[in-house]
Amino acid sequence: MTRRAALFVLALIVFAVSSPLLAPYEPGRAFRDYLHAPPMRPQLSGVVHPLVLADRLEQRYEADTTRTVPLPWFGAGLDAPVFLLGSDSFGRDVLSRLLYGARTSIGLALMATLGAVTLGALAGAWAGYRGGWIDESVMRVADFVLVLPVIYVVLVLRAVLPLVLPASTVFLLVSWIFVAVGWPFVAKGVRAIVAAERDREYVQAAQSLGAGPARILVHHLIPACAGYLIVQATLLLPAFIIAEATLSFVGLGFPDPVASWGTMLAETANIGSVARFPWTLAPAAAIFAVVLGTNLLTADHDTKNDR
Amino acid sequence: MGRYLLRRLGFALLLVFVVSSSALLLTQLAPGDITSDIALGVDAETRERMRVELGLDRPIAVQYWSWLSGVARLDFGRSLLYSRPVTTLLSERALNTAVLATAAILLATLIGLPLGVYSGSRARGLGPAIVRAISVAGLSVPPLVGSLFLVFIAARTGWLPVGGMTSASGVDMAWGAWLADIGSHMPIPVMALALPLAASLERLQSQAIAGANREPFVAASRARGLTQRESIVRHAWPASLRPVLGLYGVMIGSLFSGSFVVEVVTSWPGLGRLMYDALRARDLYLVAGCAASGAVFLALGTLVADVLLAIADPRVRAEGRS
Repeated sequence: MTRRAALFVLALIVFAVSSPLLAPYEPGRAFRDYLHAPPMRPQLSGVVHPLVLADRLEQRYEADTTRTVPLPWFGAGLDAPVFLLGSDSFGRDVLSRLLYGARTSIGLALMATLGAVTLGALAGAWAGYRGGWIDESVMRVADFVLVLPVIYVVLVLRAVLPLVLPASTVFLLVSWIFVAVGWPFVAKGVRAIVAAERDREYVQAAQSLGAGPARILVHHLIPACAGYLIVQATLLLPAFIIAEATLSFVGLGFPDPVASWGTMLAETANIGSVARFPWTLAPAAAIFAVVLGTNLLTADHDTKNDR
Repeated sequence: MGRYLLRRLGFALLLVFVVSSSALLLTQLAPGDITSDIALGVDAETRERMRVELGLDRPIAVQYWSWLSGVARLDFGRSLLYSRPVTTLLSERALNTAVLATAAILLATLIGLPLGVYSGSRARGLGPAIVRAISVAGLSVPPLVGSLFLVFIAARTGWLPVGGMTSASGVDMAWGAWLADIGSHMPIPVMALALPLAASLERLQSQAIAGANREPFVAASRARGLTQRESIVRHAWPASLRPVLGLYGVMIGSLFSGSFVVEVVTSWPGLGRLMYDALRARDLYLVAGCAASGAVFLALGTLVADVLLAIADPRVRAEGRS
């Protein structure tokens, strides 16, 4: 479980980081003559028939079977763009935006997961190790955050800030908001583990060797929670991906030109357009795939525990 | 039990107070107010007059105090956006959300529990494997994705009406037709909400029943001559209910977040949709009211789930008493 989860997360990071290399076009590149172009099917020989506008008003296209262009990675010109997953209402390549969107959405979720796990581990470990009123107050705060109507809290926190902000600011802001609502899930479990481990012999040994609380927490007690932390991370990661998509979908996340899975989905809010251009739902499929991946990891874990 | 409930009630009240107050104060701190949205083309003088009329020119503390003294009498103020009392708006919309959530929970229970008992009581075989695969896939369809997909299918095939709770002609319909109309608008949001819930219920019920089947008292019931079906229904299933009922308390939260998304996607006139509109328009009192009813909704849902759990398991009752 641990290794597979690590591999899966590593694969996500590699995938997200390498999006500029994989994406055929810039995410913001709009081909004005190709609004809502359908996905083009590559031929077996690795070439594509370019699209010709059949009806501008209906945004209907036909493949010109007399001509061929190579795939975008093999030198297709900008005059005859190739949309393997179609294009959106601005004529932007959905595949490129999906890849760049992966960087934004997965990157944000990874950052927030890392933050929430770190903060939760530290707060939980501190509470569990110290006990007494510190324990009491940290856990009260955690309990309180846990029963909040999280979605409203996130919405209010985001809506309070100016709606139009640079993408990097939104990135930081939203990940902080996610950390703020995500840490108690981690902290509660870590506290329980640390409170149980605190009196074990290895901790006493470390104490008698003169180790301070910080060293004991970081070197001995938090590593004891590693398995738990990884499971929590695989639960938080998909939740944050969905949360980003939700926020951007309703227009409270990233501003439109930024490619994220949520901003891309915002376009599908128009029922009439989604029925005619189903390829704009591609980010929904991507979200499904990532969430399924993390769920398979945890499902695998569950069945092993059953045995 | 009584004291336990009382303590819970006190905590819920505190929660509602803190959530609605902080929502109000935060929205007040936000740049702009309702006049910057609804009075875009109006000159500065008229805008200032509007703000005075709405009482938005007063210091924050004064506004907060007057709002708070209203809340004490269960008066959450007037919505600036709809110019109607917040409480009437809320009770309408909260009812719509409650209808949606209840239907989703019922559907998820009706699908998830029987399938979970089925797949959990058979260790191998094609049937349980298929159920498990569908469940893991269902778990991975968050309401956002599910509702978008269902809306797409409906718009494409025309099987179900899309958007809203009633058709445009819904106002002058007879009772029966009106109910049928709502009924035809419900499947999409309800299914989108219920799918991941049903899947998680199925998974948990499956594990719980597999665990219960290994208990000696189930083996004993088989030894007394009960059929497998009888021993599952009478002995294993009741024993497996505790973790499953525990999940309901957790589900309320995700149901609530999910209903927000589903309401926005399918234009269901519920609490989430109202909150969204209120936030965008910076309608202070409505935001605070929505946040308050969100907290009530959650507190109430968790309370119901906890009471169910307490009824099913005496140990929880004892804990509450201590």
